[in-house]
Amino acid sequence: MMQDYKLMLDAYAQAGGTPDIFKNSQIAHLVVHKNKVFGSNVVNGLVLKPRETESGVDIKLMVKKDIKIKNPVHLCFGVLPKVGIQEINFRAKIEEGAGVKVLAHCVFPNAVKVVHKMNAEIEIADSAYYEYDEVHFHGQIGGIEVIPRAKIKVGKNSRIITNFWLLKGRVGFLNLDYESEILDNSILEMTVKIYGYGDDRIKIREVGRLIGKSSRGLIKSRIAVKNNAQSEIINELIATAPDTRGHVDCVEIIQDNAQAKAIPIVSVTNELAKVTHEAAIGRVDKKQVQTLMAKGLDEEEAIDLLVSGMLK
Amino acid sequence: MEILKMEKISLNLKGRQILKDLTLSVESNTIHSILGPNAAGKSSLAYVLIGCSDYIAQSGRVYFMGKDITNFPVYKRAKMGLTLAWQEPARFEGLTIKDYIAVGMKDKNNTLIEESLYRVLLDPKNYLNREVDKTLSGGERKRIELASVFAMMPKLAILDEPDSGIDILALDKIVNIITELKRQGTTIILITHREEVSEIADKSSLMCSGLIVKEGNPREVSKFFKERCIPCLTKIFPAEGNSKVKGGKVN
Repeated sequence: MMQDYKLMLDAYAQAGGTPDIFKNSQIAHLVVHKNKVFGSNVVNGLVLKPRETESGVDIKLMVKKDIKIKNPVHLCFGVLPKVGIQEINFRAKIEEGAGVKVLAHCVFPNAVKVVHKMNAEIEIADSAYYEYDEVHFHGQIGGIEVIPRAKIKVGKNSRIITNFWLLKGRVGFLNLDYESEILDNSILEMTVKIYGYGDDRIKIREVGRLIGKSSRGLIKSRIAVKNNAQSEIINELIATAPDTRGHVDCVEIIQDNAQAKAIPIVSVTNELAKVTHEAAIGRVDKKQVQTLMAKGLDEEEAIDLLVSGMLK
Repeated sequence: MEILKMEKISLNLKGRQILKDLTLSVESNTIHSILGPNAAGKSSLAYVLIGCSDYIAQSGRVYFMGKDITNFPVYKRAKMGLTLAWQEPARFEGLTIKDYIAVGMKDKNNTLIEESLYRVLLDPKNYLNREVDKTLSGGERKRIELASVFAMMPKLAILDEPDSGIDILALDKIVNIITELKRQGTTIILITHREEVSEIADKSSLMCSGLIVKEGNPREVSKFFKERCIPCLTKIFPAEGNSKVKGGKVN
């Protein structure tokens, strides 16, 4: 087990994490390998309860009323063997006036036939704040299925931010589905950034329902696909309350034989609401490439810089 | 000493002749202005010089420092010390101004990046970590393009209408920046349709309809432009004549 823990931390570091934080008692954390909890720590005001199941872990995260957790809560999920399954059931409840940022690293460096499922239910009370950043680190084989699901409810005067980054290693098959409901004066920001290649398959569906007066929503996707990778992005914002504002922004860059599809859906049923969208799919902009080439980069270097900039 | 020579360059795009047997010689360590009205072929000339893939000349040769670079791609020309500051520079999401300026630098040092921003009158504190994206105004973007030319220290820089979209108050500053570039040792091809900007050059070429119609002293070329070209434009575009020409200047 110690050996696996060390390997998890190595993979965590490769994903961009800093393993030293797991030694810091001021930082809450949870490390889960397959269905085993390798380590955890909590801080005042935070409840973080994992329960091992047959195929994964059930996790309850709660931040008590008016408590703002100073340091991000670090979660590390992973499957180290070539074959395996990990199902995470994640329940988060942020009480009134509370706030927390959660940073999750998901590491599958050796996956040949690995499935990672995440079922999340997030409840954010009034005047609360919740940010959930998920960073993936996959190996080069692409034998992984990642299936994250989230149902999010946000109270009044609150803010939710979700970021999903899959930029290191092969995507494999990704099927992400997030849905959210936003009440009065609250703000939703959802962003995905993904780089797919080989024969990766990317399916994204993000839905924001602006049902509270003066709520705000931004759904943003940045996708780059090359070789034979395929992506399909559905970004949907529904505004039913007065004075709501929303924007859907999807940019996909394709290279080689890759294919990309973007489906922005905006639905407004209140005359005082306004939702806009922009979607662009295409090869790398020629003028951008030539501008960088006029500074001495060859074409491949210029495209790499453009793609990495977009996904930064 | 001649740093650049274009010899009998002809460029056709979509069945239209854009450049017609054009020959141009640029002396080292000078400012050489290319003056001319809109659609004269000035920017096309710049794209042929830098080697843009959509602007491959059907005939003629381009020589840079004595070497035939006609078939060189853009980046090879840039590596030799030839660059272009675009009339409407592209925007780059996720790329900071600091990283953008560093792209063209051989020795990527922060001091030079900051200095190049100071030279174009932008405070590095406010700009280094901003992105080269849509949040910059047109004027700011143009200055950043000039800053990147400064930092790159090229042998020859083509500045495509650095004065366009710049208010009249900022024009003096742009002129100072261009002369400062020359002082640094960079030869400049200055493309413009403002004769007062063209007059800062050491030599001037007047372009019209893909041809160089007059060359020589910038003041004489400007005078010719004012006296002959502008009245000609008002004849060709009578409906727009009054708005294009006001107080003897092309708006």
